[in-house]
Amino acid sequence: MTDSDGAPSPAGSVAPEEGATGAAGDEPTRGTGRLGPPPWLALVFLLPALLFLGAYLVYPILFSVYRSLWDAAGTEFVGLDNYRRMFTDPATFVALRNNVVWIVVAPIVVTLAGLIFAVLTERIRWATAFKIIVFMPMAVSFLASGVIFRLVYEQDPESGLANAIITTVQDTVSPSAAYPDANPRSDAPLEEGPGGAYDVTDEAQPGERIQVPLVGVRADDLPESAENATEGPVAGQHEISGTVWLDFTRGGGGQEGVIDPEESGLPALEVQAVRDGEVVATAHTGADGTFVLPDLASEPHVVRLAADNFTEPYQGVTWLGPTLITPAIIGAYLWVWAGFAMVLIAAGLSAIPRESLEAARVDGATEWQVFRRVTVPLLSPVLLVVVVTLMIYVLKIFDLVLVIAPGSVQADANVLALQMWRVSFGGGNDQGMGSALAVFLLVLVVPAMIFQIRRFRRENQ
Amino acid sequence: MMTTPQDEEGPRTTLASRITSLLGSGLVQLFLVCVALFWLMPTLGLFVTSLRSPQDNASSGWWTALLEPAQLSLENYAALLDNPDFVASFVNTVLITVPATVIIVVVASLAAYAFAWLEFPGRDWLFLIVVGLLVVPLQVALIPIAQVYGGAGLYGSILGVVLFHVGFGLPFAIFLLRNFFAAIPRDLLEAARMDGGREITIFRRVILPLGGPAIASLTIFQFLWVWNDLLVALVFADAQSAPMTVALQSEMRQFGANLDVISAGAFLSMVVPLVVFFAFQRYFVQGVMAGSVK
Repeated sequence: MTDSDGAPSPAGSVAPEEGATGAAGDEPTRGTGRLGPPPWLALVFLLPALLFLGAYLVYPILFSVYRSLWDAAGTEFVGLDNYRRMFTDPATFVALRNNVVWIVVAPIVVTLAGLIFAVLTERIRWATAFKIIVFMPMAVSFLASGVIFRLVYEQDPESGLANAIITTVQDTVSPSAAYPDANPRSDAPLEEGPGGAYDVTDEAQPGERIQVPLVGVRADDLPESAENATEGPVAGQHEISGTVWLDFTRGGGGQEGVIDPEESGLPALEVQAVRDGEVVATAHTGADGTFVLPDLASEPHVVRLAADNFTEPYQGVTWLGPTLITPAIIGAYLWVWAGFAMVLIAAGLSAIPRESLEAARVDGATEWQVFRRVTVPLLSPVLLVVVVTLMIYVLKIFDLVLVIAPGSVQADANVLALQMWRVSFGGGNDQGMGSALAVFLLVLVVPAMIFQIRRFRRENQ
Repeated sequence: MMTTPQDEEGPRTTLASRITSLLGSGLVQLFLVCVALFWLMPTLGLFVTSLRSPQDNASSGWWTALLEPAQLSLENYAALLDNPDFVASFVNTVLITVPATVIIVVVASLAAYAFAWLEFPGRDWLFLIVVGLLVVPLQVALIPIAQVYGGAGLYGSILGVVLFHVGFGLPFAIFLLRNFFAAIPRDLLEAARMDGGREITIFRRVILPLGGPAIASLTIFQFLWVWNDLLVALVFADAQSAPMTVALQSEMRQFGANLDVISAGAFLSMVVPLVVFFAFQRYFVQGVMAGSVK
């Protein structure tokens, strides 16, 4: 975004050019009109606009109020019944509840992000590039943004970016199981241990070398490092050694319970020696599946394949499930609107006199104190405008919810504008109820309407 | 608005405070780089996905293609452009957006001129009503206008969608232009009137040229608004007149199976807005900002 001489006034940036509202807005009202044209000419200029406004705004408002008092088909007068149903119907109630969440959370989160970005970009040289990047989503449709975030939120960490990042971080913190589906054959010398672990049936004495066959590992789950299984080293006096391998020869053949030449070792499995219910030694299998449990007392031990080897790997967060769907969509909304808040706030910020910040710094205030005590109070009119504007848009949120929420959770993600469309066009065909919802939406924006008119009159006085 | 006033903190005295500030600035840089990446990644994801085959997309994440660029091809786009339905929806988007933008700019300019420079009884009240109408949710008009269109044969037509956009775009358009026109120096108009110019001449010779920037802002903003609309077209367009957004929305029901169509289609629908954004960002930003508290 280039330099602009059209920076809006800090008070609320209603005008595209500096001072348009304040300086000259009221002038024509006091003109002499000496040379002015006759009033009827104004009507000619206004007529097309008035026709459109009448047909598409004034008439629909009146008709919606009227229509909301009639039943679904519009044949029977039902009074306020549609409104009563609106507040008792469970589906609409969910929409109402979600709308409250939206209105409380989204504008504040977006404004905060915009404020942080606006303040911080004052300190970098590539502020213009940053602002372009963050503002860009404003130019594309909610539909496209919705598709973009539907991809981000895909459940499978192999295709959804959000879960890919989360599972990668999770894997780094605590590496997940390598062999979720591995299990012993029913006749193998293994039995189920606590918490999904597998214990070798017969306890092993130090000095013994044992064999632990597993099956059920899919070929693509096998790590690339895996090599053909070998018998493993001979155990020392205080050691138990052995091999954990995939007891399955691809293409058939091979003998069960025996390490056949083509059979693969299972690397990186955690093997434990357990005595009296306590883990006394652990080892991890090598590329050929062999392990050595060291430093054992000369008593029999249970050899256990730890449960961690077999638990399902962490699959990330179910963004698009019924619980998280609304926060997930609010995340997408933040992505779209943060640029809007940032640019408005940055404009307000640039209008703050540098001297007042300087004065505070000279007085020994820290950057945080300057921000908290000087910047934010001076910005508060702009912040208010941003929050109110966002509230009005949030109230009407529709496309993002329709596109991001999969059909099965759309009822959980529902909002009033979407419910209005569903009830009257998207299959519901109840235009009485639809009109009641539309009127309700209109009533909700009346405070914003009053705010807007007041601000306009103040700025023009 | 986009300048970076920096290093204006005056002379730093101590070495310690300089180090703290350098360290702080490094952290700020790092944080903003992360934010910028965070903002770019989702779009990049869509773009890369749209360049991969359905098989590749099913078997691995789009980011793997960054290491194996051989996966990328324009095949999804070629298939999409061969699809007559999609091409028709693109044409519909243009046929809806261009007239809606032109009509709104013309109608709003005339009205804004009247509000700014012509005297007539009740002018201030009328304009306050326009300001009030700025925030009316368009949901209010869907059912009433659907009934009117049903009677008038406009339901399912491109014209119906266009007129609806004009109606609902007008309060904002008039508001934006009127504020701008009112700031034009009075002397210029008086002089033109003194010379005996007719109002329509003054409007054309004085107001339109001087109002250029505001009209540009409005044009860009309105163009993108209509281009990106889903709801209005979803209600008033039929299969023949549906724009891209509606066509893509209907694909969302099978999301996953048709990722090649959806990703390429969504990205194509973004190309025009992105070009307009980068070419006229200043005007677009002004338009968006003028729309605060809409």
